[in-house]
Amino acid sequence: MSDWPLLSLVTFLPLAGAAFIFLFANGEPAVAARNARGVALLTTLITFALSLVVWGAFDPDNPGFQLVETAAAPWLAEGIAYRLGVDGISLLFVVLTAFLLPICVLASWVSVTTRVREYMIAFLILETMMIGVFVALDFVLFYLFFEAGLIPMFLIIGIWGGARRIYSTFKFFLYTLVGSVLLLLAVIYMYFQAGTTDIPTLMAYDFSPEAQTWLWLAMFASFAVKVPMWPVHTWLPDAHVEAPTAGSVILAGVLLKMGGYGLIRFSIPMLPLASEYFVPLVFGLSAVAVIYTSLVALMQEDMKKLIAYSSVAHMGFVTVGLFTFNQQGIEGGIFQMLSHGIVSAALFLCVGVVYDRIHSREISRYGGLVHRMPVYAFVFMVFTMASVGLPGTSGFVGEILVLIGAFQADTWITFLIATGLILGAAYMLWLYRRVIFGELTKDDLKNILDLDRREIAVFAPLVALAILMGVWPDPFLNVMHGSVEKLIGDYHAALDAAQAVTTASR
Amino acid sequence: MHAHIYTLALPEIVLACAAMALLMVGVFKNDSTRLVGWLAVATLAVVAWLVLQLPDERQVTFAGMFVNDPMAKFAKVLILLGTAGALILSLNYIQRENMNRFEYPVLFLLAALGMLMMVSANDLISLYMGIEVQSLALYVVAAFRRESRRSSEAGLKYFVLGALSSGMMLYGCSLIYGFTGTTSFEGIHASIGDIEHAGLGLLAGIVFLVAGLAFKVSAVPFHMWTPDVYEGAPTPVTAFFAVAPKIAALVLFMRAMIVPFGEITADWQQIITFISIASMLLGAFAAIGQRNIKRLMAYSSIGHVGYALIGLAAGTPEGVRGVLVYMAIYLAMNVGAFGVILCMRRRTGMEEDIGQLAGLSRTSPLLALALGIFMFSMAGIPPLAGFFGKLYVFMAAVNAELYVLAVVGVLTSVVGAFYYLRIVKVMYFDDPVEPFEPVPGMEMKVVLTICAVFVMFFILYPAPLLTGAEAAAVALWPS
Repeated sequence: MSDWPLLSLVTFLPLAGAAFIFLFANGEPAVAARNARGVALLTTLITFALSLVVWGAFDPDNPGFQLVETAAAPWLAEGIAYRLGVDGISLLFVVLTAFLLPICVLASWVSVTTRVREYMIAFLILETMMIGVFVALDFVLFYLFFEAGLIPMFLIIGIWGGARRIYSTFKFFLYTLVGSVLLLLAVIYMYFQAGTTDIPTLMAYDFSPEAQTWLWLAMFASFAVKVPMWPVHTWLPDAHVEAPTAGSVILAGVLLKMGGYGLIRFSIPMLPLASEYFVPLVFGLSAVAVIYTSLVALMQEDMKKLIAYSSVAHMGFVTVGLFTFNQQGIEGGIFQMLSHGIVSAALFLCVGVVYDRIHSREISRYGGLVHRMPVYAFVFMVFTMASVGLPGTSGFVGEILVLIGAFQADTWITFLIATGLILGAAYMLWLYRRVIFGELTKDDLKNILDLDRREIAVFAPLVALAILMGVWPDPFLNVMHGSVEKLIGDYHAALDAAQAVTTASR
Repeated sequence: MHAHIYTLALPEIVLACAAMALLMVGVFKNDSTRLVGWLAVATLAVVAWLVLQLPDERQVTFAGMFVNDPMAKFAKVLILLGTAGALILSLNYIQRENMNRFEYPVLFLLAALGMLMMVSANDLISLYMGIEVQSLALYVVAAFRRESRRSSEAGLKYFVLGALSSGMMLYGCSLIYGFTGTTSFEGIHASIGDIEHAGLGLLAGIVFLVAGLAFKVSAVPFHMWTPDVYEGAPTPVTAFFAVAPKIAALVLFMRAMIVPFGEITADWQQIITFISIASMLLGAFAAIGQRNIKRLMAYSSIGHVGYALIGLAAGTPEGVRGVLVYMAIYLAMNVGAFGVILCMRRRTGMEEDIGQLAGLSRTSPLLALALGIFMFSMAGIPPLAGFFGKLYVFMAAVNAELYVLAVVGVLTSVVGAFYYLRIVKVMYFDDPVEPFEPVPGMEMKVVLTICAVFVMFFILYPAPLLTGAEAAAVALWPS
C-alpha cells in the first residue's frame, strides 16, 4: 500500500470522475443528471476515504514532508518538476476539502436542476485543483492549481448563481487574478535565485533582505485577496451572495483557506525577515478586518452577506494567529481555519435550506421558524454557537489559541481582536433571533417543512465534527505540532542568523 | 558548408514549383478549387517533411544570403502548419461564400513561400525580398472578394500601408548599408565590432528597420491597419493573417535584431520595450469595447505580439525561446478560435457579432467548450497552453531584470482576461439565441479537435516543443 502514489490518487481521482461524467453520462437529460449525481457522489466519497487513508499513513512525529512523490524528469524547465507531499500543516486541509465535497454534492442534489452534468463536472475539477494546492511541493505546480481553480469557480458562480451573478463572478475572477499574477512574478524571481521551485529547498534558501521585501509584497497581493483581508475583501460578499449554496460552501470552506495556507507555507518560512518586518501591517489590517467587517455584518439584511462578512472577520483572527510566530498562535490560526471551514460552510448550508424553500435570503422574510422546523433550529443553533466561539465547539478552540498566542506577541492587538468576539456574538445571535425565534406570522412560512432525510445526512457529520473538534481537539492539534514547531524553529533561526550578520558587519 | 547550393533551399524551390504547377491544374481543369486546395495542403505537408530533413547545424548558401539553422527549421514548420490550418479552414468557406477560385490556395502557397524566405533571410536584400513575396500574395487574398466593399477596402488599406512600411524599411536598410558598407547580417555584425553604442546614422537605420518590421507584426504604434484589415478580409483569410505571417515576421524580427546588432543590444532594447508595452496596453484596453469578434481578435493579436516582444526585448536565448514557444501556442489557439468563428453561420449568412454567441453552450456545447478553452488559454489561465507561453516570456524578462516590463505584462494580462472572459460569459451565462447551422465539414471538426487537445494537454508533455525552441533559440548566437 505504501508504494501507491497516494497523493496523486487523492488529487486526480475527482478529475477522473469528471472525465467519466463527460464521456459517459450522456443521453436523456433526466437520466444523465441522475447518473452525473451518482458518479459525483461516489467519486467524492471515495476521495474522502482515500484522504483518511492518507491521514492514517501520516506520521505525526515526523515534522517534514511525507508521502513525497517526485517525478524524476524535469518538467517545464530544469528545477521545476512534479512533486507532491504533505506535512502537518497541509494534511488537514486535504482532509477538509475531501470532507466538504460529498456534502456539496448532496446539498445540490435537488436544488440544482439545470445542466446538472456540467455542474458536477465543474465541482469535481474544482476538487482536484483545491487538493492539488495543498499537496503541491513545487511552487510552480502550486501556482498552476491555485489559478486553475478559478475557471470552474467562475463558471459555477456565473451559470448557477443568483441575479447579479455576472458582476460577482467577474469581480471574483479579476480580483483573484490580479493578485495571482504578481505571485507568479515572485515565483519566477525565486526560481532564478534558487535555481529550483522545490518548496523545501526554497524554504531553506536565504533570500537577500531587499528581495524579501518585494517578494513578500508580491505574494501578499495574492494571498491577501484570497484570505480575504481588508481592504481587498469586497469580492467576497458579492461572490457569496450570488453563488449557489454549494459554491458558497466551497468558497468559505476551502478557497479562503488557500490564502491562509499560502501565508504559512510560503510567506513565513521562505521570507522570514520580511514577515517579521511586515507584522504591524498584517496586525493592523487584521484588526480593521475584525472590527470593521463585524460592524458591517451587524447591519446586513441578507443572510448570506452577513455570514460572508463574518468570514472576513474570522479570517482576521487567522492572520493575526499566523503572524504571532508562536506555537499557540500558529496552531490556533490553522485550527481556526479548519473550524471556520466547517462552521461557515455549515452556516451557508443552513441558509441554503430555507432558500430552497422560500427563495429569499432576506432576514426580514423569516421569523419564528422554530415553531415549524425544530430540527433546523437546533442545527442552526449549533453552528451559531460554534461561530460565536462557545466553549465546547470548534470555534472556541481556535479563538482561544489565537488570543493566547497574540497576547504573547502584542497585548493591544489582542484587545482589539477580542472586541471582535463580542461583536461576533452580537451579529450571530441577532441573526438567529430574527430568523428562528419570534412569532411565526408570514403566511408562506406556516407550512414550511423541516429538514428531510437528505438534509439531515448533510448536516449530521458537520454537527458531529463541530462538537468533536470543540471537546477533543487533540487528534487535530497533534498532527500539527511537529510541523509547526519546525516552522517556528526555522523562523527564529533565520532571524537570529540575520541578526548575527548585521551585528558582525558593525 | 559542402552542401550543394540548392539543397538548403529545396523546400522553397519545391514550394515555388508546386505553386506554379497547381496554377496549371486550375487553368486546365474546370471547377477544380477543392482539388487544388487539397493538393496545396499536400504540398505544404511535403514541404514540411523536406524542412525536417534539412541538417541541424547552421549552414548558409546563395553567397550567404540564405541561412538554414534550427531557428529557420522551427519557424518554417510552424508557418507551414499555420498555412495548412488556415487553408483547410477556408475550403468549405470559399465554396459557400462565392469565392470559389483556384487562385486562392495558390496564393496561400506563394505567401507561404515568401514567409519561408523571410525566416531564412540572412541579408537585408533577401529579407526584403521575402517580405515582398509574402506581402504581394497577402494583399491579393485580403481583397479576394472583389464584389465586397469591405474586402476590397481591406486589401487596399493593407496595400497602401504595407507599401509605406516597406518604404520605411528599405530606407532603414539603405542607411544601415551606408554606415556599415554591407547588407549581410554577419557582415554588419563584423563591421560594428565590439563598440558599445552605434553611431547616429546606423541608429537611424535601425529605427527605420524596426518601424517597418513592427508594421509587419502589427505592433503599436504601427498597428492601425490591423483591426480594419482583420474585419474586412474574408474570415479564413483573417485566420491566415493572424497566424503564419505573424510568426514569420516575428522570427525575422528576432534574427534581424540579434544577429547583426547583438553587440549593441542596449541601443534597440528600449525601443522594443516601448513597442511591447504599448502593444500590450493597447491590445488589452482597446479590445474591451469591441462588438465584432474579428476586430476583437485583431486587438487580441496586437496584445499577443506585445507579449511575444517581451522575449525579444530581453535579448537573450531564453527570451527568443520564449517567443518561439509563445508563437507555437498562439498558432494553435488562433487557428482554433478562428475555426469556431467560421462555424458562426446561419442560413442568412456569417455572423460576426459577439452577441450572436449567446447561449452557445446550450445550442452546441462542444463548440462552446472549444471556444471557451481557447479564450481561457488566450487569457493565460493555467493549466491551458496559453499560460505557458506567457510564463516563458515573463521568465526571460525577470532573468534579464526587465521588471517593469514584466509587471506591466502581467497586469495587462488581467485586463485582457476581462474581454476573453466576456466571450465565455456570452456563451455560458446568457440565454440562447437561434442556433447556428451545423459545423461545416469533417475537416473543421478535425482541426478544432487537434487545436483544443493541444491547448488542453500541452501541460502534460511540453518537452518536445521546449527542446525544439531551445535549440532554435541558441542558433542565433554564434558559439
